[in-house]
Amino acid sequence: MLRTAIRNLLAHKARLVMSGLAVVLGVAFVAGTLTFTDALNNTFTGIFKGAAADVSVEPKAAFNTGMAGMDMNSASASLPASLVEKVVAVDGVSAATGYVQADGVYVLDTNGHVADTGGAPGMGISWTTNPELNSATLVAGQAPTSSDEVAIDTGTADDLGYHVGDHVTVLTPGPRLQATLVGTFRYGQDGGLAGASMTAFDTATAQRLLLAKGRFSEIGVTAADGMSHTELADHLTAELGAGYQVSTKEQKAADRAASLEDSLKFINTFLLVFAGVALFVGSFLILNTFSMLVAQRTRELALLRALGASRRQVTRTVLIEAVVLGLVGATVGLGGGYALAFGLKGMFGRFGLTIDSGLTLTGATVAWSYLIGSAVTLVAAYLPARRAAKVPPVAAMRADLVTTPRPLRVRTISGVVVAALSAAGLAGGAAGGTLPLVAVGALGLLVAVIVLSPVLAVPFVHGVGAFLPQLAGTTGRLAKENALRNPRRTAATSSALMIGLALVTGFGILGTSARASIDRTVDDVLRADYVVSAAMGQPFTPQVADRVRHIDGVESVAVERYGTAEIDGHQGYFSAYDPALVGDALAIDMTDGKLNGLAAGTILVSAKEADRAGLSVGDSVRFEVANGQSRQLKVAGLYGDDNGLGPYVIAMDTYQATGGVPLDQNVYITLDRSADATDVHKALDRVVDEYPVVQLRDAEGYKQDKRAGIDQLLTLINALLALSVLIAVLGVVNTLVLSVIERTRELGLLRALGMDRRHVRRMVRLEAVVISLYGAALGIALGTVLGLALTTVMHDQGLVATAVPVPQLVLGLVLGGVTGLVAAAIPARRAGRLDVLDAISAT
Amino acid sequence: MSTLERNDRTHLSTGTTTAATGDGRPAARSEALTKVYGDGEARVTALDGVSVEFHPGQFTAIMGPSGSGKSTLMHVMAGLDAPTSGQSWIGDVELSGLGDKGLTRLRRDRIGFIFQAFNLIPTLSALENITLPMDIAGRKPGQAWLDQVIDTVGLRPRLSHRPAELSGGQQQRVACARALASRPDIVFADEPTGNLDSRTGAEILAFLQSSARTLGQTIVMVTHDPVAAAYADRVVFLADGRIVDEIDAPTADRVLERMKAFDRTEPTTTRGSMGGHDRDGAA
Ligand SMILES: Nc1ncnc2c1ncn2[C@@H]1O[C@H](COP(=O)(O)OP(=O)(O)OP(=O)(O)O)[C@@H](O)[C@H]1O
Ligand SMILES: [Mg+2]
Repeated sequence: MLRTAIRNLLAHKARLVMSGLAVVLGVAFVAGTLTFTDALNNTFTGIFKGAAADVSVEPKAAFNTGMAGMDMNSASASLPASLVEKVVAVDGVSAATGYVQADGVYVLDTNGHVADTGGAPGMGISWTTNPELNSATLVAGQAPTSSDEVAIDTGTADDLGYHVGDHVTVLTPGPRLQATLVGTFRYGQDGGLAGASMTAFDTATAQRLLLAKGRFSEIGVTAADGMSHTELADHLTAELGAGYQVSTKEQKAADRAASLEDSLKFINTFLLVFAGVALFVGSFLILNTFSMLVAQRTRELALLRALGASRRQVTRTVLIEAVVLGLVGATVGLGGGYALAFGLKGMFGRFGLTIDSGLTLTGATVAWSYLIGSAVTLVAAYLPARRAAKVPPVAAMRADLVTTPRPLRVRTISGVVVAALSAAGLAGGAAGGTLPLVAVGALGLLVAVIVLSPVLAVPFVHGVGAFLPQLAGTTGRLAKENALRNPRRTAATSSALMIGLALVTGFGILGTSARASIDRTVDDVLRADYVVSAAMGQPFTPQVADRVRHIDGVESVAVERYGTAEIDGHQGYFSAYDPALVGDALAIDMTDGKLNGLAAGTILVSAKEADRAGLSVGDSVRFEVANGQSRQLKVAGLYGDDNGLGPYVIAMDTYQATGGVPLDQNVYITLDRSADATDVHKALDRVVDEYPVVQLRDAEGYKQDKRAGIDQLLTLINALLALSVLIAVLGVVNTLVLSVIERTRELGLLRALGMDRRHVRRMVRLEAVVISLYGAALGIALGTVLGLALTTVMHDQGLVATAVPVPQLVLGLVLGGVTGLVAAAIPARRAGRLDVLDAISAT
Repeated sequence: MSTLERNDRTHLSTGTTTAATGDGRPAARSEALTKVYGDGEARVTALDGVSVEFHPGQFTAIMGPSGSGKSTLMHVMAGLDAPTSGQSWIGDVELSGLGDKGLTRLRRDRIGFIFQAFNLIPTLSALENITLPMDIAGRKPGQAWLDQVIDTVGLRPRLSHRPAELSGGQQQRVACARALASRPDIVFADEPTGNLDSRTGAEILAFLQSSARTLGQTIVMVTHDPVAAAYADRVVFLADGRIVDEIDAPTADRVLERMKAFDRTEPTTTRGSMGGHDRDGAA
């Protein structure tokens, strides 16, 4: 039997290639996603693995803000230089060096602009002279030694086209610096900064610019020989007292990896969902292909049965074929997956998320690929194989075996039941704001649609196909009949496209709603005429606000700063304003208390947060920032959740009194109504132009800025989904080619009866278009339902508006039809080229 | 019916042989058709200089041992395949001058086909299958003629059925109706009853015979069955790619007798076999 199976595989090369392709695509999709996710994780953890110091000493944080040292911690603390001597004196310390690190440092490009890091931070560090403790390695030139020398990482140097010896301008949170680029370096083991840029100064300059004279952010320590890192950490804690955070290299890496996992959760989850979709679509493709292959071989298998093969043997023949094909397909698919990951890396790179880590196929990826390749193929082949075994031997005798499609009744009933339950769950979840219920409902609905798809295909093809005979005569009618011939196959062919478009549509609605929500929130809340903010949401120097305040025609300048605090032990974001000015900038809608109740000793809380914490006006809360400073604050008011604010608002006085960093997040500018708006605008422009990090935006521009992040995310999502649509196209191609092979005789007959090549091609194309349109329409309908449910349930997360991107959906439908045309190109050509004689004498 | 002189050794079946009806212009003819498959060791001469004419209204059966080139001759003459050398005509159209488009149109407009199996498009109803060639051509079938054809094959109650819902004999009748409905110059049928039981086969054959006699349809039919051949006006025998004999107004017995004669001489060379069969005892 094994020999028969192998012979069979080799005898039908076209079939082999097509079904193998299905496995290859499925596996490539999964392997690619997994490989890419690995690389993404490695990149971020790699940044911290590079740390050179065995043990580090930092100011003690009251709590971990969970932002892995790349945050704009509002309440950072520092260490005195004298502590370094103390540390060196500790038993077991071989060497120790103070170290400075801060955000908000950018090298300007030759045009005087801040280089676009795509959201990654610009960091400034002090150059550590002790090589044992230096995480950076010089690549060219030398280390900076004076206040007019800097070194930058090689990635940034390459991006900006700077070479050692060039003159560069460096933006810092304080003054600008004109300096000579004296060296370039690589950071950490991989040189990976995930797109961030890093500028190194000599220690004194770094302190002056980034921290304060004689202060350090951290002290790095190397252990003496024979001293373990944990031992050394214990020594240091004992000697220095409890006021410091002492951690070993390993602890730090683990902590940061853990917190990173948190912040990367979204991307990982997304990619996993994507891998799931990939797996799903891939399995469908394989199942589909095998069903067709077995159907085509019915006569051959019946012959085997007639010659005395048992049902088991027939099943086994098909399964052995499947396993061989699965293993070969998985191997090729792994290669394809690597290529796909490479493509994804390039794509993410274009969005500023540079993946520095190399792509490696891990054992897990390989295992998954083979498992999926062979297991899915096996399962996909099992059902048709069983059906094949049931073929009566007499089928071999019948010349014109017509496989009548099985009835769809069971499918209809179960599909409708699942659909009804899911829809109820979805509606209930959306109304009640319960995300898990919505998720379950969404998944159920997807399953229901897949189950019902063959049932729905019949009326759809009848409806759309009604025009075909008028449009294209007999060719059109035959195309319609072909699409109707086997609704299961029509559904399966369009399934990949359906899923892809459902996701695109769902995310599209979510994205459009998010944009509309931003617009509405800004319209409702923003009172100021202009907003000044930094390109990547980075905090910037308060000089900007000071200068703007002095411009004639500016009535009010309100500053906004952000931070993280623990309120009664619960961590959350807060924003800080001058209570006298906040009303000029923002129209905050209060649900309880008064906005002007905000003062040095009070706090405002969002209605939702108050609900969660059980707070009401008049209560007192403990407010603690990361540097350990704390205050008791009285709740002066609650504000609505649609204001686009975080959970807490405090007064600027409290912020400053608790050691908040004097950097602004946003500066809101309100003009004097009597002033000439154009003149004031010009004056504002002149000031802002001097600070390349910041931009002046009016309400419209501000909306655009805020939408940019969402747009970027959407583009990314759509690019990934485009890939799944691509796979879908390949799926359609695959099924159509097999259909054409299956109908060889029929096509030959049509050609013999006088249908010319052009019409044969057109017939195949029309069928493909109808099938693709069906997939697209079903996907868009499903996606719309899911998108609306998701948007509704996320109302509390700030999705205050619901918007359906109708033109895009129409475009999606059109593209669905075009997909069919594209996918039909190869099969149509094949059908047109059929040799009439070969076709009619084919067996 | 009239002249029964035949079988001159070199040109066994040129126009001189049979009773031509009408103006004597053949519905189809071939001139020294040769078809060679393969190369070297695998070289097969399927047709070896065949010249034959089929006259309007005549029902011709082509017989011969398996592999003698019957199907090949039909395919080449119907424009489904190109000869290695020689020429053939449908009416006065010479086939070698036509490209794929021309041949396609020729098949569509002037030739009817009946194959042994897989004659029908499974997604179309019986009626739609019958009118398919005209639908493809964008022509309207003549309703009166169509009715006549449908009634002749007795398919009226089955017109809306799909092929899967028809018996093998009914399917072949649909195929016959289709071949006739467009009033082609000539119908080529390759073992049209090969898959049918003898009674159903007889119905089809009687139908083909009456189409030729009453409707004047030219028909060329390949068959292995002497009984089937007896329905024809004339039988042409092929062996090793050559026409070796022919009989007019055949009966099953005479055809069988002739075939037995072939069997006796089959193992010898082609020339030998030809020599042995040029005398036909019919009269
Ligand atoms: N495509 C081909 N390639 C090579 N040889 C072929 C091809 N088609 C036919 N032949 C050969 O040409 C010869 C004539 O074949 P043909 O099909 O015309 O025979 P036939 O008389 O129709 O036989 P049968 O009664 O078995 O149908 C045979 O020897 C056959 O092997
Ligand atoms: Mg034959």
